[in-house]
Amino acid sequence: MLDRRRAVKRLLADRGDLLVVCGLGSPTYDVAAAGDDDRNFYLWGAMGGAAMIGLGLALARPERRVLVLTGDGEMLMGMGALATIAAKAPPNLAVVVLDNSRFGETGGQRSHTAGPTDLAAVAAGCGIPLTMSVTDEAGLDALAQSVRSANATLFARISIAPDMPPRVLPLRDGAALKRRFRAALGIGD
Amino acid sequence: MSDAAAPDWPDRIFAVLKRGRIAQVGYVPDAGHARLIELVCADPEIADVVLTTEEEGIALAAGAWLGGARAALLMQSSGVGNCINMLTLARNCRFPLLMLVTMRGEWGEFNAWQVPMGRATPDALRLSDVLVYRAERPEEVEETVEAALDIAFDGEVAAAVLLSQRLIGRKRW
Repeated sequence: MLDRRRAVKRLLADRGDLLVVCGLGSPTYDVAAAGDDDRNFYLWGAMGGAAMIGLGLALARPERRVLVLTGDGEMLMGMGALATIAAKAPPNLAVVVLDNSRFGETGGQRSHTAGPTDLAAVAAGCGIPLTMSVTDEAGLDALAQSVRSANATLFARISIAPDMPPRVLPLRDGAALKRRFRAALGIGD
Repeated sequence: MSDAAAPDWPDRIFAVLKRGRIAQVGYVPDAGHARLIELVCADPEIADVVLTTEEEGIALAAGAWLGGARAALLMQSSGVGNCINMLTLARNCRFPLLMLVTMRGEWGEFNAWQVPMGRATPDALRLSDVLVYRAERPEEVEETVEAALDIAFDGEVAAAVLLSQRLIGRKRW
């Protein structure tokens, strides 16, 4: 099991032109802790929607790399999105689940991935062309490389420890997050 | 049109979407939207995205807008119920959202299971802060969809057009 903060920091190091969407709760704090950036779209709600926001963004900007970082609970709520994404399979989209098998925000209750559910197998079964299950530093390095250069839709789960590091709270105003993200892409209002 | 008796309002909606520079269309199939979906899928300039549930389309449209593209969402009224919490994404971030909703549970409905959600649809949308427009007759469809599209993208708000079951016609079994 990996440390969530270190894992996210590793994935976002030297991010280049990577666009990031992160699911509500701890993944948003992890991405903020790695360094705020106008090209981060933090979610504070809309549970189950992160991967689909990534799909819309990846289809709109085929020349950019898009990374969705979310948790196992958020992915489980919108698991059908994996089938929807596989049907379009944009090669510039990576969905990475920080999997601690817990609903962290609500008291650490065990999620389905604490039991028999394997999200990487779900993604593969949906037809996502590249799937990875990351459990160590070497796997994390390989994933960081794939997020930048894979030529196919990628899904990865990273096995992380269930501890809760101190919260790092980024901007919460949704309209402001939207405006700054678009401005960073040079899109006028 | 292959069938001279087929209504042309779906083709008119398609023309509005094209004029409105819609680049992505998310949909859960509905018989009432069959012709429009066919047109969307045949257009190489539009990404057609078949959804497993309608709420995915709200998030898809948000992502499209973040990337500078416009999306529309097609569904039947039962799907509106699936969207409620995800509509807060559009509301909180002021994402433009255009929903084209074919109605069930109205005139000519044969299946009572469709009635409760059909009846709740306009109020559920209004409670979620979505502007609600309705088209009853074929000649109203084009201008109604155009008005909804304009306010959605120019005003960065959510707008839905309810396409009445009378317009779509009685389902034949």
